[in-house]
Amino acid sequence: MNLPTREQSGVLIVSVSGRIDHLASEEFTQAIEPILQQCKNGNRPVLLDFSAVEYISSAGLRVLMMASRRAKAEKGVFAIASLQPLVQEVFAISRFNLIMPCYVSIDAACKVLGS
Amino acid sequence: MKRVVFWGTRGSLPVALTSRDIREKITAALSAANGKSFKTQGTLDAFVDTLPFAVTGTFGGNSSCVEIVRDAPDHFICDMGSGARPLGQAKIARYGVPNPQTYHLFISHLHWDHLMGFPYFAPMYIPGNRIIIHGCHQQLEEAVRMQMRSPNFPVDYSQAGARIEFDLMTPGKAHFISGVNVTPKLQLHVGDSYGYRFESIDRTVVYSTDSEHRLEDLESQKAFVNFFAKADLVIFDAMYSLAEAVSVKADWGHSSNVVGVELCQLAQARRLALFHHEPVHDDKQLSRLLAESRRLELITRGENAPLEVISAYDGLTIEL
Repeated sequence: MNLPTREQSGVLIVSVSGRIDHLASEEFTQAIEPILQQCKNGNRPVLLDFSAVEYISSAGLRVLMMASRRAKAEKGVFAIASLQPLVQEVFAISRFNLIMPCYVSIDAACKVLGS
Repeated sequence: MKRVVFWGTRGSLPVALTSRDIREKITAALSAANGKSFKTQGTLDAFVDTLPFAVTGTFGGNSSCVEIVRDAPDHFICDMGSGARPLGQAKIARYGVPNPQTYHLFISHLHWDHLMGFPYFAPMYIPGNRIIIHGCHQQLEEAVRMQMRSPNFPVDYSQAGARIEFDLMTPGKAHFISGVNVTPKLQLHVGDSYGYRFESIDRTVVYSTDSEHRLEDLESQKAFVNFFAKADLVIFDAMYSLAEAVSVKADWGHSSNVVGVELCQLAQARRLALFHHEPVHDDKQLSRLLAESRRLELITRGENAPLEVISAYDGLTIEL
């Protein structure tokens, strides 16, 4: 899985795309690992751009939760932005919107998280 | 197998509606009526039918007890939660005494909420009845006897009038019982629990409660997809939200509506019954969970056949 990155307002933005189902979640875990290593106290906040994610399964959500938990332990900042409406619904139904910081757009997230 | 009757659907601890809950339902119904007058019982009933289930009904509060009704004289019952009390009374009312019956009880595990109804299961006191308690736990008989031992209960196990037998089943192996192939499956729960797949010549029912699903474990997922494969009905532990089940309530031994929908979709099951409801959830919350689960099924269905999602409630009968 390819996760292109860019920077905006001091925030490391990671573009995620496609379907994160049970099979893809393993790949997602591996792909996100080097990014999480940078998600530490004093480093740039990490923001996942979900605008191109069409579907996420429970296993994909779990990867996000583990990533968020790890970032928190390292006192890093980890968030998600620009969820498509259906993915947003999955977040709401699973109540992941209550445990993961989610933003409407990249700009909105950068305003809060950026320098 | 013809139908399934839910006698107890609540998880962990029986609950009851409070006066405040009843008042809230009456208030909601009267508000919806908004001054209408009903000239006949028919028009009144028709109006009541338009109200949401959370206003006109309740999911109920008895703990796990599910009956599988067949075209055979023997009775099949999953778990002996507090729902076993009304079930036992219904059997006595239907068959009378003496009228010897055979009951097959399939016990998921030995936690109290799944056994507490047994001392209140009236057929166990009736001589001539035969009760066969099936399960996979070595301590099955001891657990059943222990809860009826002083000081736990006023009537000792030895006072049972029925002939009670115990059948230790082997997980992963099909057991042919009264015309039905019953296959138990080990599940993740403190002290272990077992799901049961019931297969008759034309219908399949899966009872899978008190079962946690580790989302990173693809092998386990595959095994459950096989266990649920093409079932007409999967009765599934949907006690928590997914977020709770993988975070604060990880290792508590329960699952979520989201995982239930996903597994049933992968297994191409026909119908999913959300079961083992969280005791703190009221009727409105459980209705909302059902609506959300149906929506999730719809938006994730893709090209697959629809999965019917229902939420079990005490007294619900499902034709298979």
